[in-house]
Amino acid sequence: MSNSERRLEFRNYFQDNLEKRMVKDKIVKIIVIACVAIAIIPLGSILADVVRMGIEIISFEFLTTLPGAAGSGEGGIANSIQGTFIMIGMTSAIGIPIGVLSGIYVAEYANSRVGKLIRFFNDVMMQFPSIVFGIFAFLFIVLVLGKFNLWAGAIALSLIMFPIIARTTEEALKLIPDTYREAGHALGIPKAIVILKILLKAAKGGIVTGIMLSVARIAGETAPLIMTILGSKGWFRGTETAMDALPLTIWRLSLLPYDNAVMFGWGAALVLITILLVLNMSVRYLVLYRKGGSGSLGIFMRITGGKK
Amino acid sequence: MSRDLLAKKRNFHWDSVFKITATCAGAFVLLIIVLIFGQLMSDSWLIWEKEGLEFVTGDRWNPVEGREAFGALPYIAGTLVTSLIALCIAVPLSIGIAMFLSEIAPTRIREPISFIVELLAAVPSIIYGLWGLFTFRIIFKDWFESPMHDALGEHIFLFRDAPFGLDILTASVVLAIMIIPTISAVSREILLAVPAIQREAAYMLGATKWEVFRMSVLPYAKSGLIGASILGLGRAVGETMAVTMLIGNAVGPKAFPLGFFQQGNSLASIIANEFNEASPVSMYFPALIGLGLILLFVSLGINVCAHLIIRRVTNAHEGGIKGF
Repeated sequence: MSNSERRLEFRNYFQDNLEKRMVKDKIVKIIVIACVAIAIIPLGSILADVVRMGIEIISFEFLTTLPGAAGSGEGGIANSIQGTFIMIGMTSAIGIPIGVLSGIYVAEYANSRVGKLIRFFNDVMMQFPSIVFGIFAFLFIVLVLGKFNLWAGAIALSLIMFPIIARTTEEALKLIPDTYREAGHALGIPKAIVILKILLKAAKGGIVTGIMLSVARIAGETAPLIMTILGSKGWFRGTETAMDALPLTIWRLSLLPYDNAVMFGWGAALVLITILLVLNMSVRYLVLYRKGGSGSLGIFMRITGGKK
Repeated sequence: MSRDLLAKKRNFHWDSVFKITATCAGAFVLLIIVLIFGQLMSDSWLIWEKEGLEFVTGDRWNPVEGREAFGALPYIAGTLVTSLIALCIAVPLSIGIAMFLSEIAPTRIREPISFIVELLAAVPSIIYGLWGLFTFRIIFKDWFESPMHDALGEHIFLFRDAPFGLDILTASVVLAIMIIPTISAVSREILLAVPAIQREAAYMLGATKWEVFRMSVLPYAKSGLIGASILGLGRAVGETMAVTMLIGNAVGPKAFPLGFFQQGNSLASIIANEFNEASPVSMYFPALIGLGLILLFVSLGINVCAHLIIRRVTNAHEGGIKGF
């Protein structure tokens, strides 16, 4: 099609039938708003259900005692809450250092080809089905040690966690202007110190956001835990034994044929969703109101000799 | 402060220690991917040796010792069918949401709506499963599945089975709800990346918002939106818990998905359900690991495609009004 023909086509199209076009535009807008509504309804329904059912069962006793006999409606889910927090702690201990260092390597050390390659594999690994990590940890640790244990769970979850942290760290570091690095090198500061003391501080907001989002992601994972920490009814007795966590409890209870057990499941869901929402809201707060943290100017002042 | 930093220069070897540590951390991801593949392959070796390609194309599933037969076809099909149905539902909705967020919504309500959509992504799979099992399934059966079955069951084989609530369609719809946040968040980024000049050119000609979107934004963003959808497909393929709770968990030939209201099974779902029942010394165990390996390959293929497409799009900058 030649240019003039094309112009003619445009003109004919835009000159005619204005009314019809406006109506069409209105209809599309309504459809689009309906799309948003349809997507929000499930969220509303999920939150409403979890809160409505969960609030009935939650009490001080529910949060602080061990589970009673299945379906008896006695006891609580204290061990699962404890397990979830222990899992978060152990996973973070493995996942955060590896993730942050990997992000540093890609952003600061790697040449562009290697960096691209590693970034690509981090992206791919982020999308692996989580159950595969569970199988891997089972084969790699549980079978070797001969028992279900917390380290297997923590390693499975940290494999989900570290690519997320690596990517967000890398992005956060890339946002820092090169003048920061140059200023550091000009003072004769070794590269490692430039990274650790200057760049990490400047990128703090972004890195913390990534860490908290990855924690929120792993706290709700169920599939890898089925084959690594299995679940139990007792308190934490060391890292070499089976343990419970909130998602596992919800799964087990929801499949039991007793109403009481299912109600416990809803209670556990409310606790889990509260933890996750608090994490997400704090990220929101960090990003919106505290962006920059100590502020780029502050870092600059400190490096250039301003005493604090 | 600066003097402290300078003093550390003398410990120059720490610098290279740090560099080596960071390099190891960077290489860790490659190591882990190789390890995962190696481990899954070596532990499922027995089943490939025994069943060969039959393992992928067969449909029998019998873990009883002495009469063992393992075929993964119904579960591969179940995974693909549920994910594709979910994609068909989720993609139009997600693109609608992305369009609302990038083109139509006033700036004031963009942030809150994006936040709500992101919250949907933060709800864990298991809670979607719980909600699906006790709330959605019942509503969906009474208001959609039963009427559809009554109206079309005799004429179209897809609607033939009597709806029970735990079936392929329920699992697919919940999957769709779960992948909408992923697809719409990426799509929104891609639509926002379309240069303003592209829109302004169309507005200048007197186009309405829909025409601007259709003529100058959509052609420009098309391949990016396809990439976003494939990313959503990748997520759907790997979803475990919600599917396990809703798909009905049939095994053997009858798990092959031939109707919307039929009980099926997916790769991730059968692994989650049966993993702890299998003894590590039987054939049952390598069969489940083999399913995991197939799942890994399916998801790897889908995700590599998605990333390549998305990267190609985000690297391309130029463009005029295309595709009119």
